Amino acid sequence: MKPAPLDVLVIDENRIRAAVIEEGLREAGYTDVTIIHDMAGIAARIATLEPDVIVIDLENPNRDMLENMFQLSRAVKRPIAMFVDRSDTASIEAAVEAGVSAYVVDGLRKERVKPILDMAISRFNAFSRMARELEDARTELESRKLVDRAKGILMKSRGLSEEEAYTLLRKTAMNQNRKISEIAQSLVTAAGLLGPEDAS
Amino acid sequence: MSHLVTAGFLPLLDSALLVAAREKGFAREEGVELLLVRENSWASIRDRLAVGHFNVAHMLAPMPIACNLGLTPLATRTIAPMALGLGGNAVTVSQTLWDEMRGNGAASDFEPRSAGEALAAIVTQRATQGLPLLRFAVVHPHSGHNYELRYWLAACGVDPDSDIEIVIVPPPLMADALGSQRIDGYCVGEPWNTAAVVKGVGRIATAKAAIWRSSPEKVLGVAADWAEANPETLTALLRALHRAAVWCGDPANHGELAAMLAGPAYVDRPADWLLPALSGTIRTGDGGEVTTRDFFLPHAKGATFPWKSHALWFYSQMVRWGQVAASARNEAIARDTYRPDLYRSALRELGVALPGANAKVEGALSAATPVGSAGASLVLGPDGFFDGVTFDPDEVSAYIERQKRLPRV
Repeated sequence: MKPAPLDVLVIDENRIRAAVIEEGLREAGYTDVTIIHDMAGIAARIATLEPDVIVIDLENPNRDMLENMFQLSRAVKRPIAMFVDRSDTASIEAAVEAGVSAYVVDGLRKERVKPILDMAISRFNAFSRMARELEDARTELESRKLVDRAKGILMKSRGLSEEEAYTLLRKTAMNQNRKISEIAQSLVTAAGLLGPEDAS
Repeated sequence: MSHLVTAGFLPLLDSALLVAAREKGFAREEGVELLLVRENSWASIRDRLAVGHFNVAHMLAPMPIACNLGLTPLATRTIAPMALGLGGNAVTVSQTLWDEMRGNGAASDFEPRSAGEALAAIVTQRATQGLPLLRFAVVHPHSGHNYELRYWLAACGVDPDSDIEIVIVPPPLMADALGSQRIDGYCVGEPWNTAAVVKGVGRIATAKAAIWRSSPEKVLGVAADWAEANPETLTALLRALHRAAVWCGDPANHGELAAMLAGPAYVDRPADWLLPALSGTIRTGDGGEVTTRDFFLPHAKGATFPWKSHALWFYSQMVRWGQVAASARNEAIARDTYRPDLYRSALRELGVALPGANAKVEGALSAATPVGSAGASLVLGPDGFFDGVTFDPDEVSAYIERQKRLPRV
């Protein structure tokens, strides 16, 4: 007989990440997935939902509250054991590394839960990578804008061409062993102090 | 050569020793590069210690015991070779509840008996009127906060398991939970009581130092495997933390310490929120101030010594509140979690005043008392529980039995 499908609850205040996890679970055939973003009234929600597996981000400050709730049979009808399997240290390390934690109904077989945890780990990692790339792109754009403004200031105040202005910035950066964007930032700040119209 | 040690901590006043050890250079002078990582929950501290992200951590004093007793998920074998100070907590209630407590005889100066009996009276009135149970929050089931709140209430005739509700809320969210009336009161470390005072949503009713003077609160939790593999680094770290404790304990440094802890990487709140606990003069929340002796002790009175009697008291309370079964084996696990031997061997050469014993009868000292110590003079006490009951670490079973028979009022 095929075992009943697992009810999975995903608790994540980050809506995008939660959506990424949910999508992964649905693709893997888990149809009973609930997402909770808001921690208010969470105890009552969990008591009603009675999930088999709870996936939560490690940074959630309410994990102590949740763990306590799981240990009190009053709040949750079915006792929830923590994590998948204490003996599976590789999975545990991968999960903590990825920033995700999972709680599982006591007695649930490891083989049934492991795919869920593995999926959550890989999606969490993918999400971090995506967030990092986005952050890098943002920084890159910011520094390009700064350099453009610094070039403009030099062109205007010293009558340089754009190429000459860039060469000067780069040379200064190399001499001082700093990034071009840092030199540009200093210049923009200094120009702002000396004459607001130049820095605008 | 410098040894890297990674430590997890939560944004609380009593992360002070770790923060000062890093910021004032005490760690570096001992050859330790101390990396501090702020966390959001005790669960994360435990998990990251378990998988080796952290070597050591700022921990609730009962937490390493709970880990070794197998009461928490994912626990690794953890030892406590040093305490990170005594006291530092308080109980804050909503303005509404405080008004009721005043009406029922609560003293305004943190005196625990009158405040607790006022709560007992209110609990009874509410039951008669069919009102919902009062809801109090603590930070963790295995915390000094949980045990001292329960001890205080039980000694005043309130059954913390059935007369009130106790929930878990993270420290930085306490004041907001109180302000939005999701809870009626809470027990937490500073500056999260002062937070309610500043926001005008609460009144501090009593203090940990008033419930149990000179009582344990946080320890340095150390992954046992790491400690065994790196005895010299651990020794160097304990020395650095000792020197940080001496520095934190000097009132002349409190302004600098408060400013340091206020930084964005640490508690990330105004320095003004951290000063009351350091000075012991606490703003109560109704315009007054109360000066509490020994509100928070980072150094004096053997504040960093990991007393086995503290570990055993926590064990007795775990049994009392049904978290663990009483057994000789569990008692031994609790006792062996605290490691005064490591503390002594690390600090002996520094000429530090060291207690001669590993355990003491808690509540036995009614006055400041010089104790036999190696090398230098050490003064302990006064200490003790507000109800005058003592805890003898050689008579743990009898203590547990007596607490079972406490009469219901």
